Amino acid sequence: MTSYMLRRLIGSVIVMWAVATLVFFMLRLVPGDPIAAMLADAGGPDEIAAMKAQLGLDRSVFVQYGIWFANMFQGDLGNSIYGSRVPVSQIITEAFPRTISLSLLAFFIAMVIAVPAGILSATRRNTMTDNTVSLFAFLGLSMPDFWLAILLIIIFAANLQWLPAIGYTPIDESLWQWFRHLILPAIAIGTAFSAIIARMIRSSLLEVLNSDYMRTARSKGLTPRMLMFGHALPNAMIPVITVIGIAFALLISGAVVVENVFAIKGLGRVLIEGILNRDYPVVQGAVLVVSAIFVFSNLIVDLLYGLIDPRIRLN
Amino acid sequence: MSAPAPLLQVQDLHVNFEIRSGLLQRVSGLIRAVSGVSFEIERGKAFGLVGESGCGKSTVARAVLQLLEPSAGQIIYDGQDLAQLDKADMAQFRRKVQAVFQDPYSSLNPRMKAGYIIAEPIHVHALKPPGEIKAEVARLLDICGLPARFADLYPHEMSGGQRQRIGIARALAMGPELIVCDEAVSALDVSIQAQIINLLEELQRELGLTYLFIGHDLSVVRHICDDVAVMYLGRIAETAPSDTLFSDPSHPYTQALIEAVPNPDPDAEVNRIIEPLAGEVPSPANPPSGCVFHPRCPVATERCHHEEPALEAIAPDHATACWNVSAARKRFTDPTTKTVLQGAEK
Repeated sequence: MTSYMLRRLIGSVIVMWAVATLVFFMLRLVPGDPIAAMLADAGGPDEIAAMKAQLGLDRSVFVQYGIWFANMFQGDLGNSIYGSRVPVSQIITEAFPRTISLSLLAFFIAMVIAVPAGILSATRRNTMTDNTVSLFAFLGLSMPDFWLAILLIIIFAANLQWLPAIGYTPIDESLWQWFRHLILPAIAIGTAFSAIIARMIRSSLLEVLNSDYMRTARSKGLTPRMLMFGHALPNAMIPVITVIGIAFALLISGAVVVENVFAIKGLGRVLIEGILNRDYPVVQGAVLVVSAIFVFSNLIVDLLYGLIDPRIRLN
Repeated sequence: MSAPAPLLQVQDLHVNFEIRSGLLQRVSGLIRAVSGVSFEIERGKAFGLVGESGCGKSTVARAVLQLLEPSAGQIIYDGQDLAQLDKADMAQFRRKVQAVFQDPYSSLNPRMKAGYIIAEPIHVHALKPPGEIKAEVARLLDICGLPARFADLYPHEMSGGQRQRIGIARALAMGPELIVCDEAVSALDVSIQAQIINLLEELQRELGLTYLFIGHDLSVVRHICDDVAVMYLGRIAETAPSDTLFSDPSHPYTQALIEAVPNPDPDAEVNRIIEPLAGEVPSPANPPSGCVFHPRCPVATERCHHEEPALEAIAPDHATACWNVSAARKRFTDPTTKTVLQGAEK
């Protein structure tokens, strides 16, 4: 187990290094550069050269890479090169809790909807309930999240005025305000996720419910509740966990888009602003954090397998 | 002296499955999986149901286990009609009737340790105080020939034979009277089959169990069962005590099944001429007219196309659903048409 963890951790670090490197070079291949974005045609050639030297952009790409990499190992992700020269780590520390609380709330809402919906449509297969759930699942899957976000704003913020349209309140300031600000974006992101999970639970449960060991369990005279929660659901969750791990990607990429609609300054907004301003260090830092979330959520899923399925317990 | 009342009586059992199709899920057809099956099992006896896959034998087992609801007919257990049982009596019935299923690989929950699989029914039905459950599990494992340490293993850590022993221990945990063995040994290797069959026989002697034994392997059924019924397309074709059925089969389908049993002697097997049964089992959604076996029957006459034969006694305890019993018997005993051994020139 320890050696497995060690191997996985080393693997994770390699993946993150590859992502960081890729992003570093790809960013510099994108047309346009930070100086042009900042000076916006205002400066002459001398000012451009001076600025380049000041930001270290006059050196070769490989030297820049080496410096960035060496600094990163010391915990220094550099400073934003656009405007105020704020340290990247500070920008990320501010943005990270917003994206994480948004994603986790979206995940929570999605699961609260998906699990009962999946169970209902599997146990009442081919009935009106099942068809209704399927219909909503397809609707949820095919609706773009930004569009759903705009719809939610129009209905609940603009017309009904129940909830704020934009902004964010940290959870330690006010739990209620935090929730009020995040519920709409969380629904916008979580809908597609919940549709995928509900469909997955349905198909996985159907397979389990028809299995021989469910017949054995039924012949033991267990109650329907014991059958569902003791025997069926734990077995049905194994493939679902896999999909949750993969679909967590969907949540994060959904957050990137939806944060912009709701003007929440999370990682997504940091990323997009960074790209627009060609703010290399910020984008590099944000991508590194996003890829870390990715890699570790998948690691957690792999470790969960062992808990949930004794057949894949790792020794 | 009258015969003792049978433990299980199945009377004119019908089980239909609806085929639904289209957007509105209208019933577009009916699969008559079981149509008009009747039999009785006396306490302490083993009754075999044999037939090809799809003949409805497992459906009968499921109906007896109340895992599905019969469309018509009665199942009477120990004098009580199962359809009339209230909830408490039904719980009692479920305890007294247990099943051992076919595939020991898939019929045990892969997420549960064997000890829990066996203990769960004891726990749920409060058959033993919680403190004694562990000892009871060890006792059940011991009866089934497994050491107590198997309680801590997961099904995937055992062999097929060991798993089937767990399946049997699990069934015994409820203290049953009737055990339905639905192809209980079909998925096992032949040597393991023998062990499990011996275990089942031993348990029957020691615990006075009654078996409903579903199978397609005639030699296994012959070995373990006192009486046998042969099913074809949801109906009983012939029923008799095992020895009678195998020595004097009177339904052409039974005869064909017996002829199809391979001979263990390879030299004899090479030279054996078997006349295979023509055609396939028809669809139970659209059964043939008259006798359902007539399209494949070697002795079918005009009458068989139109009239369905009833199961009629041709001797005490021996009944056949065939219009042409004498022709079938004659054909079966005629050396030119049945199994011929050509041993001389090889």
